[in-house]
Formats: sequence, C-alpha cells, structure tokens
Amino acid sequence: MKILVCITKSPDTTTKIAFTDNDTKLNEAGVQWIINPYDEWYALVRALELKEAGIATAVHLITVGKADAEPVIRKALALGGDEAIRIDADSNDSYFIASQIAGYAKANGYDLVLTGKESIDYNNASIGAMIAELMDLPYITHASKLDIAGGVATVNREIEGGEETNTCNLPLVISCQKGMAEARIPNMRGIMAARTKPLKIEASNGSSELTAIRSYELPPQKQGVKMLTAEQMDELVHLLHTEAKVV
Amino acid sequence: MVLVFAEQQKGLFKKATFEAVSYGAAVASQTGTTCAAIVLGEASDAAQLGAYGATTVFHVTDSKLNNLEAKAYAKAITSIAGEHNASVLIFSNNNTAKAVAPRVAARLQAGLVAGAIALPDTSNGFVVKKSVFSGKAFAFVEVKSATKVISLTPNAYGVNKTDSSARVEQKTVSFSDSDFAVKVTNSNTVTGIVPLGEAELVVSGGRGLKGPENWGILEDLAASIGATLACSRPVADAHWRPHHEHVGQTGGTIRPNLYVAVGISGAIQHLAGVNSSKTIVVINKDPEAPFFKAADYGVIGDAFDVVPKLTEAFKKFKASQNS
Ligand SMILES: Cc1cc2nc3c(=O)[nH]c(=O)nc-3n(C[C@H](O)[C@H](O)[C@H](O)COP(=O)(O)OP(=O)(O)OC[C@H]3O[C@@H](n4cnc5c(N)ncnc54)[C@H](O)[C@@H]3O)c2cc1C
Ligand SMILES: Nc1ncnc2c1ncn2[C@@H]1O[C@H](COP(=O)(O)O)[C@@H](O)[C@H]1O
Repeated sequence: MKILVCITKSPDTTTKIAFTDNDTKLNEAGVQWIINPYDEWYALVRALELKEAGIATAVHLITVGKADAEPVIRKALALGGDEAIRIDADSNDSYFIASQIAGYAKANGYDLVLTGKESIDYNNASIGAMIAELMDLPYITHASKLDIAGGVATVNREIEGGEETNTCNLPLVISCQKGMAEARIPNMRGIMAARTKPLKIEASNGSSELTAIRSYELPPQKQGVKMLTAEQMDELVHLLHTEAKVV
Repeated sequence: MVLVFAEQQKGLFKKATFEAVSYGAAVASQTGTTCAAIVLGEASDAAQLGAYGATTVFHVTDSKLNNLEAKAYAKAITSIAGEHNASVLIFSNNNTAKAVAPRVAARLQAGLVAGAIALPDTSNGFVVKKSVFSGKAFAFVEVKSATKVISLTPNAYGVNKTDSSARVEQKTVSFSDSDFAVKVTNSNTVTGIVPLGEAELVVSGGRGLKGPENWGILEDLAASIGATLACSRPVADAHWRPHHEHVGQTGGTIRPNLYVAVGISGAIQHLAGVNSSKTIVVINKDPEAPFFKAADYGVIGDAFDVVPKLTEAFKKFKASQNS
C-alpha cells in the first residue's frame, strides 16, 4: 500500500504578518518557514506509523512549490518517508495545486493520499477535496483517527456538531487533524538520511489558475482596552449591552 | 442564477444557512439575477428559505442524502447547477462545506474562495475578501472563471429576513454505489449547543483555570448568556477539554460577536484564531498578559473571583430584560 502525503510550507506560527509591493506580496523578510503543522504533525507522522507497522509499503511526499520549498521538504524527509516530489510551480490557487497533485498521484498509483486539514497561510481547507474530485475518489475531511486493515480504512472524523466513525475501501483521500498522531522531532540519523533521499522535480502540467490574490490588508488596530475591576461586573455587562451591543 | 447550498441537519436549518441564503440573495441582486437554494435530504419546510431571499428551492428529498457524503452531495449540486446555469454557488464555510464546496468547484472548473467575509466587489472583475494567515490578515481574491464558488464564513455577513416564501421544486438525481463509498458506522452529535464556528457568544478558558475540575464556573458563565465554550491549546492537549473546543492557529478560527477569554495569556497563535471577534473581554490576574492589548474590555483579577461575579451580573441583566 503506497501513501502520498501532501506537504506545504507556511510561515512559522509566531510570524508577524506584513506585506510589501503595495500590499500585494507577503513580506518574507525574517519569516521562518515551517512544514504546515497539520501536514507534519498529523498526515506525515500517521503515514510513517502505518509504514512502521508494516501496513504501508511506501510513503512519498509531494509539494507544489518553487525551489524555496526544498528546505521544508527536506525537513519533512528527515522525519521519514522514502522520497519526495516537488512540482515546480508557484501558485496559491487551490484548483491549480490540486490538479498538479492529482495528476501525479494518478500517474503513479497511490492507495491513500493524505493532506493536512488546512494550510495555515491560505486557510482554504480545499485541496484534499479537490484532489479527490479530480481523481474521482471518496474523501473524508477532518480525520482525527485512521486505521487500515485489509484494504479498508476506518476513520474518525469531525462533523458539524459531533464526530463520526467511517469506513471506506481504499483508494481514498483524507484530510488530517489533531488526534491522528503525536508530533515527532527529527533525529540526527533522519536528518543525515534525508540528504540522500531522492527529491524529484517535475514540471507542472499547465492547468489553469482560476483565482488570483490581488492584494492583502491587515485588520484594523484595536482602539485600546477599557479596564474594569472585579466589582464592576454590572458596569461591564451594561457596556457590552449599550456600547458594544453584543448582548 | 445564484445557487445556495442550504444545509439541513436532521431536517432542520441553522442560522448559518439563513445567512448563506441572505448573502446569496444579495449577490444575486448585485449581479442582476435570481437566487435559488438547494436542499439535500429530508427536511421539513424548505419553503421558509424564501424568507431569506431564495425565490426557488430545489429539494432532493432522497433519504440517502440525510447524512453528508461529499461525493454524492457534489454530484447533486453540480447537476442542478448545470441544469440551471448557476453562475455563482454559495456555501456556509463549515465542515460540511469544506468537504463539498471544493469538489463542486473542481467539477465545474470554478474558482473557489473559501472563507469569504464580505460581498464580492464586482466593480472591476469579481473580487472577494477572505481571511488568510489564520485571521492575521485579509486577502482580496479575484475569481477568473465564468462560474464561481464562494464559501462564506459564518457570522461574517448577517441574516436578512422578510416574509416571502419560496416555490419548492422536487428534484431527483441518480446516483451510483460509488457515490456512497464512505459508510458511517457510528455517529455522535451533540444537540442543543451552537457549534463553535457559528456561535455569536463564546466563553473560553486557558491554563489559568488550573484543571478540568474548575470548568464549572465557565460552564455557568456560558449558560448565563447561552454562549458556547472554547479553550486554549494546552487545555485541549492536556485533555481538560475536548479537542473541538480548541481555538487558535492550529485549532478553530472563530469570529463571534463576543469572546470572553479567562486565564488565557494571549499568545500570537491563540490570537490568530480569535482576533476577528467583534468584542473581546479578557479576564486575567496578570496585568502584563499580552491578551489585554487585543482586548476591548479587560478585568485584572483572579478568575475564581471575577467569573462568578460576571455570571451574576449577566443573570441579573437577563432577568431585567425578561421582566
Ligand atoms: C506551532 C504552534 C501552534 C500553536 N497553536 C495554538 C493554538 O491554536 N491555540 C492556542 O491557544 N495556542 C496555540 N499554541 C500555544 C501558544 O503558544 C500558547 O502556549 C498557549 O496559547 C497558552 O495557553 P494559555 O494561555 O491557556 O496558557 P498560559 O500561557 O500558561 O497562560 C495562562 C494565563 O492564565 C493567567 N492566570 C493564571 N492563573 C489565573 C487565575 N487564577 N485567574 C486569572 N488568570 C490566571 C496567567 O496570568 C496567564 O496569562 C501554539 C504554539 C505553537 C508553537
Ligand atoms: N502547495 C502545496 N503543495 C502540496 N500540498 C499542499 C499545497 N498547498 C496545500 N497543500 C495540502 O493541502 C492541505 C490543505 O491546504 P489548503 O486547501 O490550502 O488549506 C494542506 O494541509 C496540505 O496538505
């Protein structure tokens, strides 16, 4: 059973976001790039566990990005995985990215495609579902538990207002979130091994981009906090009612 | 035509659905067309969606659609969208939409804006504002394809209600077995609580509460105004509270009208999930807690002292309103 794990890079979670070029580009000065947390902590680690348990035979990583995505994909390889593929393209259109991944996955025969729940930069939570549609496969979102036996996946997923247990035959696409696995730290052996693991670069398939980000904007600054004491709770409620108008 | 996916749960519609229909009606009038809604699965009173601006409701009453199956939902929605030449499709951006809207978009080769927070700007192209970087910024996304899909963030637009009613048109869609490949073997849903993503009022607790046994004071506070509970990540990691209550960069992103943060320091990753809240109240015993900088109202004090007093004040307020 072969698993393909989708990996994207995202700014470290402590990054203060700022823009340049007339607010059309992220200001990358000083930005530390990390593996998107959902891809790393949940999708990748669960895939590795399935391989260690002898259930998966191969774990491949794929990213759609330019050369600046390589440090992050190497870092992912240091955690584990047999090889990585980088589709050489720069886009933040979900359809474009999903088409690249679906195209590669179809051509190379995977039984399971794992994505993170969402990318913490563009927050679309869309790419997994698009990959599934383009591959005509079933899709389970927000999975918090995944087991595989005899070609059948058993998955817990978060639904609106609750949780469900699902079963589905492979092949399948799943988006992963908290609960799937525990975060790991790469060790020295993994880091050394990652240097020599294959990182294939493939050209993009030229699919169209259906959206484009025109510009960015930062949220307005807060006006300043109004402080009250524990003895002024009636006053606070009054302000919430008359000033903030939220109760 | 603008087509809105009107999600039902156990036959009923939620506020977020009415909001999506209201938004769809506004997009329709902006683009000079009509708004229709689509309901999948058994639901009573689909005609009520007319009150929010849908002139027609396409209802596929097939009971196989009572539970979410992304593939079948996408098939039904795209087939009706195709039949009626829908130019814009609208979803409410929750877990269901995240499974279905991208599939629909991919099938129709339509550009998708997931997490929209305002009406499209059609003065020069078709540009939709959405949250990015987990609430730390907004992006203006141009949709270049002829057909467009927008998934609207709950609580971002509001509900417009009139007393119109919609014409309900029954529809059938033919499915194959492979559309229902995912089998539900167990389902556990909480009823009676507004899901966090849609909640207008949220009470949230952090490590300052010291342990799960102390959540009673927050539950009382939440109950006094009908708020939904949330928590910081370490609280969920320590299993003091269930994972789905965790908000922040790696948890849920919410935008309630009121967010009351108790014993939460206000780390950047936590703020990322909540800083779009309309009003933020912070209760913390440390005057230096960073959260005060992001707050509208702050109370320096011990949660175990302040929270019960706030609960009493809310109760008094509610009682005075009802009398
Ligand atoms: C990659 C990454 C992702 C992360 N994602 C998230 C996320 O999604 N969500 C999230 O929340 N965090 C996230 N974090 C963690 C974040 O950095 C903080 O560690 C976390 O938010 C702190 O939680 P806290 O405020 O509950 O606890 P603490 O930081 O321990 O703060 C407790 C607060 O309670 C106050 N306090 C103590 N006792 C009392 C009392 N009796 N009464 C009143 N106040 C009291 C203290 O003054 C303090 O301010 C992430 C971290 C990383 C590295
Ligand atoms: N450029 C990319 N390359 C590979 N995988 C990606 C890329 N962008 C997003 N993904 C995957 O899709 C998931 C959801 O991303 P998104 O739809 O952008 O929120 C992420 O958690 C990744 O697993």
